[in-house]
Amino acid sequence: MITLNHYLFVAGLLFATGLAGVVVRRNIITIYMCLEMMLSAANLTLVAFSRFHITDGLPDYNAQALVFFTITVAAAEVAVGLAIIVALYRTKHSVNVGAVEKMKG
Amino acid sequence: MPSALFYFFSAITLIFGVMVVVCRNPVASALSLVVSFAGLAALFISLDAYFIGTIQILVYAGAVMVLFLFIIMLLDIKAEEHGKVNALAVFGGITLALVFIVQLAVILGKHDAGSKTLKDVPVQFEAAAKTQKVETIKTDLQNGELPDTKLVGVTLFHRYGYQIQLIGALLLVGTIGVVIMSKREVN
Repeated sequence: MITLNHYLFVAGLLFATGLAGVVVRRNIITIYMCLEMMLSAANLTLVAFSRFHITDGLPDYNAQALVFFTITVAAAEVAVGLAIIVALYRTKHSVNVGAVEKMKG
Repeated sequence: MPSALFYFFSAITLIFGVMVVVCRNPVASALSLVVSFAGLAALFISLDAYFIGTIQILVYAGAVMVLFLFIIMLLDIKAEEHGKVNALAVFGGITLALVFIVQLAVILGKHDAGSKTLKDVPVQFEAAAKTQKVETIKTDLQNGELPDTKLVGVTLFHRYGYQIQLIGALLLVGTIGVVIMSKREVN
């Protein structure tokens, strides 16, 4: 049978994949996608804990409200982050993180 | 949810998650991430979180990934495919992930509270119907249905009204910031 630990382990594996991706990849857009994956993995743990923590006969909806806020903030973050990537591409003509290792000033 | 479906959707989520990291072409990475998020939405729905599963598809797999694909195609970054792989970074990344997974496995092995199945913690419709004040939620619960969206709505607007306004302001600030950042300077 599927237990809470199964869900937590799947979320942990997804988080580890995203973490490895952030370290391994050099393309800033792929790094951004891996960040999104890690956020979603955290959402999965929240929803799993929500379902397994029955309060007043119902799943704990405080956790699901938190997931709602996380998704909203992630959407705003993606919009701002991609605008920064576009601005970066205009000045450096590259989306490689190696291109931005020097600061000016 | 039958165990087979859980393993099927977990496998989809994880395999396409690995594909995001492995694929050299950013468009292939983005499309893999869409499939991975769809599998994750199925896992949410298996946990009776229908509303969260739906907005995962709508917001992540829909809006956010379209934005990613749009930027990838706008920047036209095909040249990056021929970049060399940094062996040290690959080694470091895989080691980090393995250490994390081993730690997690050890902790979950000792986590006795996590050995409950969904059948051990069923939704108690009669008990829940007594404590709910909103009439439509009460009727749904008495009919043995879980009015998931209504309950999320009640939680958000009764308990987190201030925070939801704050989120609205954040989205507005984000939108204005994006417009200012991406417009070309006009002299």
